[in-house]
Amino acid sequence: MPHAPGLPPLTDQFSQAYWNAARERTLLIQLCRTCGRYQFYPRGHCVHCFAPDPEWTPASGRGRLHTYTIVQRTPNAEFAADCPYVLAIIELDEGPRMTARIIGKADDIACGQQVHAVFTPAGNAGVLPNFALDIR
Amino acid sequence: MPASWSGQVAIVGAYESARRLAPGMHPFAIQAECARGALADAGLELADIDGLATAASFPAEGAREMAVAEVAEYLGVHPRWVDGTDIGGAAPISHAGHAVAAIQSGLAEVVLVTYAACGYSWPHGAADYLTYAHGPGQWELPYGPSTVATYALAARRHMHDYGTTAEDLAAIAVQCRANAAANPDARYSVPISVDDVLASPVIADPLHRLDCCVVTDSGGAFVLASARRAQSMNARPAYVLGFGEALGQVSMSQMWPFTATAAAASGARAFQTAGMRPAEIDCAQLYDSFTITVLLALEDLGFCGKGEGGKFASAGELAPGGRLPVNTDGGGLSSNHPGRRGALAVVEAVRQLRGTSPGLRLDRPRTALVHGMGGSLSTSATLILGV
Repeated sequence: MPHAPGLPPLTDQFSQAYWNAARERTLLIQLCRTCGRYQFYPRGHCVHCFAPDPEWTPASGRGRLHTYTIVQRTPNAEFAADCPYVLAIIELDEGPRMTARIIGKADDIACGQQVHAVFTPAGNAGVLPNFALDIR
Repeated sequence: MPASWSGQVAIVGAYESARRLAPGMHPFAIQAECARGALADAGLELADIDGLATAASFPAEGAREMAVAEVAEYLGVHPRWVDGTDIGGAAPISHAGHAVAAIQSGLAEVVLVTYAACGYSWPHGAADYLTYAHGPGQWELPYGPSTVATYALAARRHMHDYGTTAEDLAAIAVQCRANAAANPDARYSVPISVDDVLASPVIADPLHRLDCCVVTDSGGAFVLASARRAQSMNARPAYVLGFGEALGQVSMSQMWPFTATAAAASGARAFQTAGMRPAEIDCAQLYDSFTITVLLALEDLGFCGKGEGGKFASAGELAPGGRLPVNTDGGGLSSNHPGRRGALAVVEAVRQLRGTSPGLRLDRPRTALVHGMGGSLSTSATLILGV
């Protein structure tokens, strides 16, 4: 289903690397140089051990659908035209979770299903990482 | 009184506006109505308060960043202790706990906690987002997380992990409506069935319209003072026995685990400070922004095991004759939810302990738990009251 958000991400100097990578069809997450753990969303420090300056690293783009909801109605005008859409929490194979949408066929959607990253053009927002159900 | 964190401070006045729709009114006028009502209930004048707490910076609450100062100015008071803590719908319950600490430490003697919003009729626009689309929000808002949708995410995962059903969730809405039937002030009072809930439009699967709270224009207020001072006041005091608060997450990607909330921490602290156990609670006001909010609170506060909330609700344990009567005035699901239900939940708990609720009255409860949950299952505050 189309996804042209009326609420584009407001990027900053720090986050630009993430959004630039998304345009190149790469999902970046962060890896702590001190404790070796991954994190999402990106921050200037490790949320596990508070060490500064975790490094950007490409994620596998693979994960599982932790939970989802099919949004039929929204009070938010920015997204009204998108309804119905699937809002999801993805648990990446690297461990962290991220918010995204499930794009494409979702008739037999269920928690725990394997998903893979897809990259959705989103107007002025550039490209948004999303996910699709693996074909079984 | 039992040995506890407090019992040294009491709620000595309480008032809920009977309004549900107030088109054209500014919420500050309802704030004043509620302040007057709570003070009159206590037999006090506005000049008697030296502490003020409110949260009023949601659009339909009328204030901006310095909300408590705006409301103080409008009321015409110059308090020497203030609290503008904003943790969403749980804020007024948090204010109550902070006020107890202030009174015990001598920073204030009489504290007014007041709240109002025109959630239904506000003509100047509203926001459904907890953050901006910059900073952490740039990784969530572009995907369209409506408030209902964020709660639906938790409901879906709870169903996956524990076999909870849409019927279990509906049972909570049905009970709140049954309670509202006796409340002449309730926004909706015609009884509904589980089938009615399931037949109402899906807003964000698996939550239906009747899994969602009502939206009203209203408010409520309560007054706290020392137990010693309470002896000379009008109304029967409701003693504060325990309190806890806790923060979870704001972004849904940070909710971990997805089927438990900060209520586990705020509830544990409330029971610890009260020196009580869940079995000693006679009735509860559990924040009911959505049916799933109640179900998670039942489990996280320890009224049933994790994963058992659906069975607990479906078995009728939330009814007046059940193990834990909840939301006796109809709650936010059927009676009143202008924006932050917390203030009204405190008022209804006090009314049950006094036997003055406008509708359903339980048979002389001695203890009541009030639990608030704000944001997107983000923030939690738990208060235990007793007489």
